[in-house]
Amino acid sequence: MLFGMAVLASFPAQVLASAPEVTGRPVQHQLNLQTPVTDIGAEIYTLHTWMMVVCVAIFLAVFGVMFYSVFAHRRSRGHKPATFHESTTVEIAWTIVPFLIVIVMALPATKTVIAMKDTSNADLTIKATGMQWKWGYDYLKGEGEGISFLSNLSTPRSQVGEPGVAPTEKRSDTYLLEVDHEVVVPVNKKVRIVLTANDVIHSWTIPAFAVKQDAIPGFVRDTWFRAKEVGVYRGSCVELCGKDHAFMPIVVRVVSAADYTAWVGKEKARMAALADDPNKTWTIDELKTKGEKVYAANCVACHQANGQGMPNTFASLVESPVVLGAKAEQINVLLNGKHSGKYQTAMPAWKQLSDTDIASVITFTRNNWSNKAAENIVQPAEILAARSK
Amino acid sequence: MNTRTLDPVPGHDHGHADGHDHAHDHAHDHHQPHGLQRWLFATNHKDIGTLYLWFSFVMLLSGGVLALMIRSELFQPGLQFFRPEFFNQLTTMHGLVMVFGAIMPAFVGFANWMIPLQVGASDMAFARMNNFSFWLLPPAALLLATSFWVPGGATAAGWTLYAPLSTQMGPGMDMAIFAMHLMGASSIMGSINIIVTILNMRAPGMTLMKMPMFCWTWLITAYLLIAVMPVLAGAITMTLTDRHFGTSFFNAAGGGDPVMYQHIFWFFGHPEVYIMILPAFGIVSQILPAFARKPLFGYASMVYATASIAILSFIVWAHHMFTTGMPVTSQLFFMYATMLIAVPTGVKVFNWVATMWKGSMTFETPMLFAVGFIFVFTMGGFTGLILAVTPVDIQLQDTYYVVAHFHYVLVAGSLFALFAGFYYWSPKWTGHMYPEGRGKFHFWASLITFNITFFPMHFLGLAGMPRRYADYNAQFTDFNAIATIGAFGFGLSQVFFLLFVVIPTIRGGARAPAKPWDGAEGLEWTVPSPAPFHTFETPPLVK
Repeated sequence: MLFGMAVLASFPAQVLASAPEVTGRPVQHQLNLQTPVTDIGAEIYTLHTWMMVVCVAIFLAVFGVMFYSVFAHRRSRGHKPATFHESTTVEIAWTIVPFLIVIVMALPATKTVIAMKDTSNADLTIKATGMQWKWGYDYLKGEGEGISFLSNLSTPRSQVGEPGVAPTEKRSDTYLLEVDHEVVVPVNKKVRIVLTANDVIHSWTIPAFAVKQDAIPGFVRDTWFRAKEVGVYRGSCVELCGKDHAFMPIVVRVVSAADYTAWVGKEKARMAALADDPNKTWTIDELKTKGEKVYAANCVACHQANGQGMPNTFASLVESPVVLGAKAEQINVLLNGKHSGKYQTAMPAWKQLSDTDIASVITFTRNNWSNKAAENIVQPAEILAARSK
Repeated sequence: MNTRTLDPVPGHDHGHADGHDHAHDHAHDHHQPHGLQRWLFATNHKDIGTLYLWFSFVMLLSGGVLALMIRSELFQPGLQFFRPEFFNQLTTMHGLVMVFGAIMPAFVGFANWMIPLQVGASDMAFARMNNFSFWLLPPAALLLATSFWVPGGATAAGWTLYAPLSTQMGPGMDMAIFAMHLMGASSIMGSINIIVTILNMRAPGMTLMKMPMFCWTWLITAYLLIAVMPVLAGAITMTLTDRHFGTSFFNAAGGGDPVMYQHIFWFFGHPEVYIMILPAFGIVSQILPAFARKPLFGYASMVYATASIAILSFIVWAHHMFTTGMPVTSQLFFMYATMLIAVPTGVKVFNWVATMWKGSMTFETPMLFAVGFIFVFTMGGFTGLILAVTPVDIQLQDTYYVVAHFHYVLVAGSLFALFAGFYYWSPKWTGHMYPEGRGKFHFWASLITFNITFFPMHFLGLAGMPRRYADYNAQFTDFNAIATIGAFGFGLSQVFFLLFVVIPTIRGGARAPAKPWDGAEGLEWTVPSPAPFHTFETPPLVK
């Protein structure tokens, strides 16, 4: 029955196999590991296949014997019971043989474990920070040093739907596996990922690289990969991290050395633009428009689109004393976070956002929904000033 | 002479001349408790066994409803029924209810019913403690159930309750912690009772190495429980003080370490999985010889294999944590130790097959479930071996492959063995034979729907679908839909079991003889069916 199901299930996969191969994400009716694009991934793929073969062989042998017995040694066929119930020789044999098989399985695995742990001599080091519910990346060392960004799910809510609200848009092939800001790395270079987390444990994985490492708050762990093919590779957070655990994917775009250099140039320019003159004075409408975007990217998961948060879990911003009161306190909360104890989840610090982003999102919250704060505008310069305090 | 002079209610076991004054017996018969009092103040091992079994069955169905809610949400991608925060509560509570409410108490129920009958004891060693250890469970279940309605809902940190996510939860988390403390205390008391009963109250002549395998596996399990339940209590108490009393055991900002929680939890958690499977091995080892009409092959090596598994279970815990980032030597050590467990487990499977070999087999429902157990449990064993290999585990950690693996060993393993045990011993419990045709239907329905539910999860996991996801990318849709259909079939099969097997068997049915299975061995078959309220007031002599 099971094998029948496996064959049935593999049928569409075989049809698909004639089409150009999809890498970097699961395909429909996929039965095996994703196609590896690193040496470690290839080793693991082979290791798994080989173990499956050994296990299936043992399984068939043992259950061949058992089912032969089930059919031959039944009372309905007039079989008389034998009386044997012990044999030290046999017991020793079937202790030692599995022991040897296990050793043979462990040997190649040992080699791979040692290779996986060798994070030395990396060409590029990137720090990945898990946050509820997004990833932050900082390029620490190598070409592109200094690049820093947040990476959010880019699948629109209109594809996800809500309980009682049907999705209004067709789901794409990369549904829940797409982000607004991809990690870009050069092909054939050893990339070391250094991981930590802001709040709870998250886990960073790209199945096609055979990389998976927990990101632990307050601690630093690392892992590495060397992708051998240009392409886009997708993964997901794989350690339960709360409400939107399923909605913080990881996307790595592997590009040629030249494309990488070009990307670094573009990122540097973007960073420079972000760090735009903090002394520029913005109009309230400019800030509100920009703030709405910042809010949608960073705040909406907890405080919700209606600003009302969730009872006992996330604070409401509507008619909130912090939002309506003196702006210094709200700036302080955004830069340093807040854990009042009234809500289960703490407000994290957002100092990695630019001065303009913070100023605009504060201005947005002070003038949106039913909020009409007395101090209704915050300029980037004020954030800059607060940072240096 | 009677070895238990303190029995308040002398028995009806008139089949055994026991030197009791019969007039004296009858004088006390009127005091046999009835109604609510019989259950609330139960000290009789059979009544307490029945309570445990009903409790665990109610929990099985409740946990099953949670599972079906999970599967409904996962039938299609997108969010149809539940918000993700509630979905996380469902997965967490499904795990806690099934592990601590269904599987563990069910085995304790079997132990209560069968261990005194199998070793020829008149009751469990500590009858009142036995009562207490059962009655701790309903309040614990109530705490878990009502936690859905407190602010923030039930705990949603996963059944493993990893810190620091567990410190973010609302009061539902505290209720879960308190519930687990109660269940842990209950388990420890139950274990002490089982150990003392087995070591001190065996009938004359029954040496340890003559004891039925079910008693052996439970003796070893009880030691495991006593060793690890306090460890769990420690872990969740530290979580509690981190939450409310300003400690920082698992908070890096205060000098603690979130990964330490995982070490402590899995030091409990890995022996825990053997706590849930060793008694199942025991039940299967009783049933196979009975229906093969041939003694268990390699009794001594079965005992040694069980003990080896138990000892090894203490040195493999970190294989649950390969992705936390351990030193390479730890990864290698835990990989080797874990793979070693395949050896004694293999010995058990080989011994079972050798027991069947050249027997004279019939396939009544207990035997079907026992053979089904070996077949499907072994698949879970093999995926366990594959997961033991660190590099492969790192690929598959926290994916549906792991979900498939542990449901193959916990549902097809523990639960199927419990069903096998029910069909095997229910004639002794109820005095009636269960309806054989319906039993067989229950077996085939469970086996087939189980595989429809969980087999596709291997593919999902290999392809990379993470577990504990309320929503998933669309390529995974078809296998998830198949799994959901299978899950509803499996759930209905268990409702069928309750309505068309369990209740009819209790209410009536063909009268069961004292020994309904011609190949069965053991003292439990020497007392009438149903087993009288008091048995073995005079210990039998075992040759």
